[in-house]
Amino acid sequence: MKRFEPLIEWALLLCALLSIGTTAGIILVLTIETFAFLREVPVTDFLFGTNWTPLFATPSFGVLPLVAGTVMVSAIAMAVALPMGLLSAVYLSEYAPLGVRRMVKPILEILAGVPTVVYGYFALLFVTPLLQQVLPGLAGFNALSPGIVMGIMILPLVSSLSEDAMQAVPRGLREGAYALGATKMQTSLRVVLPAAFSGITAACILAASRAIGETMIVAIAAGQQPRLTANPLVPIETMTAYIVQVSLGDTPQGTLEYRTIFAVGMLLFLGTFMLNLVSAWLRARFREEYS
Amino acid sequence: MSDPATRLTALGALASRSSQHQHPPVDRPVKIHAESLNFSYGSTRALTDISIRIHPNVVTAFIGPSGCGKSTFLRTLNRMNDIIPGTRVEGKVLIDGTDIYGPGIDVVALRRRVGMVFQKSNPFPKSIFDNIAYGLRINGMAGTRSELAERVEESLRQAALWDEVKDRLQTSALAMSGGQQQRLCIARALAVRPDILLMDEPASALDPIATQRIEELVYDLKKTYTIVIVTHNMQQAARVSDFTAFFWLGRLVEYDRTDKMFTAPAEKVTEDYVTGRFG
Ligand SMILES: Nc1ncnc2c1ncn2[C@@H]1O[C@H](COP(=O)(O)OP(=O)(O)O)[C@@H](O)[C@H]1O
Ligand SMILES: [Mg+2]
Repeated sequence: MKRFEPLIEWALLLCALLSIGTTAGIILVLTIETFAFLREVPVTDFLFGTNWTPLFATPSFGVLPLVAGTVMVSAIAMAVALPMGLLSAVYLSEYAPLGVRRMVKPILEILAGVPTVVYGYFALLFVTPLLQQVLPGLAGFNALSPGIVMGIMILPLVSSLSEDAMQAVPRGLREGAYALGATKMQTSLRVVLPAAFSGITAACILAASRAIGETMIVAIAAGQQPRLTANPLVPIETMTAYIVQVSLGDTPQGTLEYRTIFAVGMLLFLGTFMLNLVSAWLRARFREEYS
Repeated sequence: MSDPATRLTALGALASRSSQHQHPPVDRPVKIHAESLNFSYGSTRALTDISIRIHPNVVTAFIGPSGCGKSTFLRTLNRMNDIIPGTRVEGKVLIDGTDIYGPGIDVVALRRRVGMVFQKSNPFPKSIFDNIAYGLRINGMAGTRSELAERVEESLRQAALWDEVKDRLQTSALAMSGGQQQRLCIARALAVRPDILLMDEPASALDPIATQRIEELVYDLKKTYTIVIVTHNMQQAARVSDFTAFFWLGRLVEYDRTDKMFTAPAEKVTEDYVTGRFG
């Protein structure tokens, strides 16, 4: 056995290097292609233009419609996931008997493991028709339905991570509140929740970053019409959905049109990367508070 | 007296004897009266047949070796053990004549009247001001902004903390020193105007100077409050308390005036403990 040990060590190192190498490779390709793109399209046109029609005869490369689509769907998702996720976290952490907590947590985690393509068709074929019954103006492709479904998708993440953060609040703090005559509700909402604030914020940011990067649901159910609108009832296109559209289409490689997906990808990467950094920083701070 | 078997025999002898040593023969008003109190954590019995009369406006110290049930008994006095699942209480605890385990008792109101300071200081991760204001706000005692500020100042003064923190009331309580944090917890408890203050080894994590400040504070506070303090430090019990109760293996072995307990205890076990022969 002893002889194999160095071998295993090398294999593990190789795996680690491989994943680091892949990441570095992706960033490298993104960077090179983005610079190539920006040589032909001024960066201000790209970032602040309000028309995204790269495949038209007279192309326009303003990315704002895609950004707006992403932000709108993510915002709807967060509007669904935040209140429900927080409430369920408060319930699970502070109110639920141990047996319930032990049962519900794994179920929530299974929910997180459902393939997103399933959620996508669920949005398109079930939620949209359902919503159309109450919202007659709702188009077949829209931001609302995938937003809601995406909210359901990230809900377990919000709930589970927030619950972890609340569980990490020392019991002494709860006792301190009870000893002053606080009710369970006052203890949960006014001591435990604020004490877990940075951990919960980290969870929410992570969830938002998941929503922004989520692809299948929006590619299937939100449509492919980049437009700068605040109306959630009409078809839109997100950054991720656009990348899918072009990658799967017949746009020839090496053309400017093709490079757009790297530029959009770079923007997406920077956005989620920054959110993840903030989240990690908050979590580290939270851990410090209670070490 | 060091091996457990002898101790257990001695305990048997104690239990069968009349409990004449459990009540000092004093004619004083009674604030807290526990009667035949038993307590269990699930199937583990932690307290057996505790009966004690605690007097107002004095300091009563609970002493005894670690694990003998001091904290558990202290926490039965404000029903803090209620929040631990699976605990069971039998017997009575009368405070001002009312059984706090009786029907119709408002536990929240009880805990406001019976304040508690914990072994490990537990300020909320809020500002110094908000730590004190919290109890007032949740109990609907906040009043106007200036009344609240007044009450906060008064509590901090009572806890001998005002002069040290008056210029930084809005800074985080977690940035204070350990001794200051503990005095903040005392101020927080005093803010809701309890009449009993329970303190569970409030100075066990503090340096000698901070400890001395807490002890002076306890001495001052007994004019206004009934104070029960758990300590494993015999010198501390002797210094701060008027009455001392010695707990051992979940029972109250002896309870008397502190000077009597330390100079002429009735029980051999008490004597062995206070002279440092075990524990
Ligand atoms: N939360 C708990 N669950 C189960 N047993 C406990 C708990 N707290 C204390 N005990 C047990 O009850 C007994 C008395 O503990 P405690 O009251 O903390 O003693 P002391 O404060 O005198 O050191 C010990 O045997 C301890 O192990
Ligand atoms: Mg203790």
